[in-house]
Amino acid sequence: MTPIALIDYRAGNLTSVKKALTAVGAEVFVPESPAEMRRARGIIVPGVGHFAATTAIDGSWIAAIRALLGDRRPLLGICLGMQWLYEGSDEAPDCPGFGVLAGRCFRLRGSSSPERLKVPHVGWNVLEWRRTDTIADGVPDRSQVYFTHSFVAPVTTDTVAETSHGETFASIVQRGRIAGVQFHPEKSGDVGLRILRNFVESAADE
Amino acid sequence: MLSKRIIACLDVRDGQVVKGINFEGLRSAGDPAELARRYNHEGIDELVILDVTATLERRRAMAATIKAVARELFIPLAVGGGIRTEDDAAAAVDAGADKVSLNTAALSNPALITTLANRYGSQAVVVAIDAKRDGDKYAVYVRSGQAATDRDAVEWAQQAEESGAGEILLTSIDRDGTKVGFDCEMTAAVSRAVSIPVIASGGAGGLDHFVDVFTTGLGDAALAASIFHYAETSVHALKAHLQQHGIPVRMTP
Repeated sequence: MTPIALIDYRAGNLTSVKKALTAVGAEVFVPESPAEMRRARGIIVPGVGHFAATTAIDGSWIAAIRALLGDRRPLLGICLGMQWLYEGSDEAPDCPGFGVLAGRCFRLRGSSSPERLKVPHVGWNVLEWRRTDTIADGVPDRSQVYFTHSFVAPVTTDTVAETSHGETFASIVQRGRIAGVQFHPEKSGDVGLRILRNFVESAADE
Repeated sequence: MLSKRIIACLDVRDGQVVKGINFEGLRSAGDPAELARRYNHEGIDELVILDVTATLERRRAMAATIKAVARELFIPLAVGGGIRTEDDAAAAVDAGADKVSLNTAALSNPALITTLANRYGSQAVVVAIDAKRDGDKYAVYVRSGQAATDRDAVEWAQQAEESGAGEILLTSIDRDGTKVGFDCEMTAAVSRAVSIPVIASGGAGGLDHFVDVFTTGLGDAALAASIFHYAETSVHALKAHLQQHGIPVRMTP
C-alpha cells in the first residue's frame, strides 16, 4: 500500500476522494501537521469551493510539499487543488497560488457567451487530448468525466487534455511530477479511477 | 459539450426501494445497493437516494443505506428526504453523500442553504422544489406534496440560487408517477430563470419524454425512478435514443 498524503485545508468533504484512492490501492492519510507529510510517497491537494480557501496551505505546508517534490514524489491537484497549482485566480486576486504552473485561472463566461451556457459547469463533459502524459495512461480520447466548477485554468503547454464549455480550458495538466485535473476523478466512474490509479502507481514507482 | 445527465432516483423506506404514484400507494422495488449497482453498470450519470418516510428512528438505518450504496459507487450521489438541520446534512455527507437535497427545511429556513453552501460548497447543495400547476403559476408544495405554500416555483428557485443552492431538483406533482411525460413548460420556466442546473422530475414514461425535456423543457438533467426500477427501459437504451436525437449524453462501454 502506497502512503498518499491528502491535504485537508477545510475546502470540502474528503470522504469520496479517500474512498476512491483506497479502491485503487493507496493508503490514504490526512496529515495533521506538515511534519507528518514526510512519510508520503505522493501528495494530493483536493478541494472544492473558493480560491481564497487555498491560503490555508501556508508557508510551512508549502515547504513540506516542496521538500517532497524535491524527492521526486508526485503531486496531484484536484479541482480547486489544480487551480492552486497556477500563479493565481481571478476568484481571489490577492491570494497567490502555488505558482508551479504558468498562467492564471479565470471565470467561465457562461450566459454572456454566445450559447448562453450555464455556470457553474456541472456534469459530464468530454476530454480531448492535446498530448499524452503518464497521468492519462490508458484513458481513451473523448472519455467523459464529472465536473463541477465556475473557474478554469488556461490551455498552455502543460495541458494534456482540454474541455469546452463555451470556451476551452485545461481539464488535465502535467508538468513532470506535478499533475492536475479540473474534474472529480473520484466521481468519474472507471475513467476517474484509472487516472487515480496512474497517480498512485507513479507514487509507488520511486 | 456538456452532456445531459440521466439520474436515477431511489425512493427508500425501511431500507427498501419503493415507488409510489402521485406520492402515495408505495410498492416495493428492491434493494438499494443492488439497484445502484445495476444502474451504475448500465451507465447512469448520478444517483439520488430519497428517504420517503424520514423519521428520527429511521435516520440511522438511512445512514447504513447510504454507506451500502456509496461503497462501490464512483459517480455523484445525492441524498434527500427529511434533512432539516446542519447535523442531518452532515450525517448524510459523512455516510458518503456528495450532495444533500433540501426541500421543506429550505423553504422554512433559507439560511440553511447558505450555511451548507459555506460548509460544503454550493455544488453539494440541491434545493428540491415540488410544484403543482395553479392557473398560470406553479404552486410550491412541501411535506411530500401534502402542504400548499404561497410560493411560486420560479420565484423560489431564484431565491434558492441567491442563497447558495448549486442545483434545483424540480418535481411536477401533477406528473409524478403518471408516465405521461415531464412538465416541460414548468421546467423551461424555471431553467430560464436561474443560471444553475435544473433537474426535471416527475412523469417519465417513455424515451421521447426525455428528448422533450432536454429540448423544449431546457432541462440540464432528468430524473426518473419507476421507468428504470421495473426494467421498462435500460439506461443504455435511453441514452442511445437521446444520442440518435442529437442530444449530448455520456455513453459508456
